[in-house]
Amino acid sequence: MAAEIFGNVVERCRAEEESLLGRWREIVAESLRGRMTGAELDKELRDLLDALLSALATGGGTDLNAEPYAEVRALLVELSRNRAHQGFSPRETAVGVYALKRAIRDTVGAEAGFAALSDVIDELGLLTFEIYTKAREEVITNQAEQLLELATPVVKLWHGVVALPLVGTLDSARAQVVMEKLLQTLVDTGSEHAIIDITGVSAVDTQVAQHLLKTIVAARLMGADCIISGIRPQIAQTIVALGIEFGDIATKATLADALMLAISRSGVDFGTEMAKRGL
Amino acid sequence: MTAQEQAIAGDADVVRVRQLVRTVAVAARLSLVDQTKLVTAASELARNTLIHGGGGSASVEQVTSAVKPGVRVVFRDKGPGIADIALALTDGYTSGSGMGLGLGGAKRLVDQFDIVSDPAEGTTITVVKWAR
Repeated sequence: MAAEIFGNVVERCRAEEESLLGRWREIVAESLRGRMTGAELDKELRDLLDALLSALATGGGTDLNAEPYAEVRALLVELSRNRAHQGFSPRETAVGVYALKRAIRDTVGAEAGFAALSDVIDELGLLTFEIYTKAREEVITNQAEQLLELATPVVKLWHGVVALPLVGTLDSARAQVVMEKLLQTLVDTGSEHAIIDITGVSAVDTQVAQHLLKTIVAARLMGADCIISGIRPQIAQTIVALGIEFGDIATKATLADALMLAISRSGVDFGTEMAKRGL
Repeated sequence: MTAQEQAIAGDADVVRVRQLVRTVAVAARLSLVDQTKLVTAASELARNTLIHGGGGSASVEQVTSAVKPGVRVVFRDKGPGIADIALALTDGYTSGSGMGLGLGGAKRLVDQFDIVSDPAEGTTITVVKWAR
């Protein structure tokens, strides 16, 4: 019988449940240093202890995947996810589980059955760690996606002129976001000129160039004219050596030059416009 | 100088290779233009390693000739190899969906360029850029 290896430790834990819980909460609270309210922590640990003792009593054995442990696993998943999202460290999260061992030793004692129970708690700790890591990975993936959106603002510079300042690397995923945002902004603002500024792009290789050209072709199909600006000397030399040709696409060294070109192309006499605005 | 290795297994690794090459190029006192050229060449070759070679590694190392410092980057993969190197170096030829300028372009961007390719062993490309 699987339950036998635990001796009467489960019964003794039940008998001492309140003091055991108190000791456990004390140890955990110490490591969390007041970042969770006592009531919250109390509820979490109480539910977990209750579920664990029930699972052990119904013959859960040492296999955490066994049916009696379903509730324990569910509670641990919730606990670990919450800790990960709240920014607790893996150590602080795992300590919550491992502290139960110390609590049992302090209140119930480390007699027969404790070793087996200790093994179960070790497994629970590892499970916590696994879930925590997964939750953190989800957080990171979400942030990467958000960054993708954030890093591609399309700004209106002048009536009918929008600019897309690119920063960092332009991989396929970002290029897709960039293209979609630019095309949508062209529609929304009814602009006929778009300036793609690559001052912040550290290296222009053939993949970046290809993405740029595709974006420009797409914008042209929608009737908008594109200008590439922010081509620094070293980038210009690299583009030449690579053999990339931008064809009849206008390119400028600075965003200011590109804006001047876009404005004059839209038929504004720059001198008159400046005078009119009192500049 | 010991060589620094970077595995190439995904798109993010291409960026890492680029950053590593830039760091070493700065340390070797390459001019801004030469840094950019080498970084761009490394970017092309790392992507080739990933796409055509099915992944591999890049090894970046600072080297010295008689008086000049330089940077050597070695790309290794265990892919199918390049059947016709001369054809692969031709501008506009591509076996994928790119522009067909990467390999030839990378060769023009560096000072020394060496390809060893064998269907059984994969491809090794060694490039060196010297400071002027």
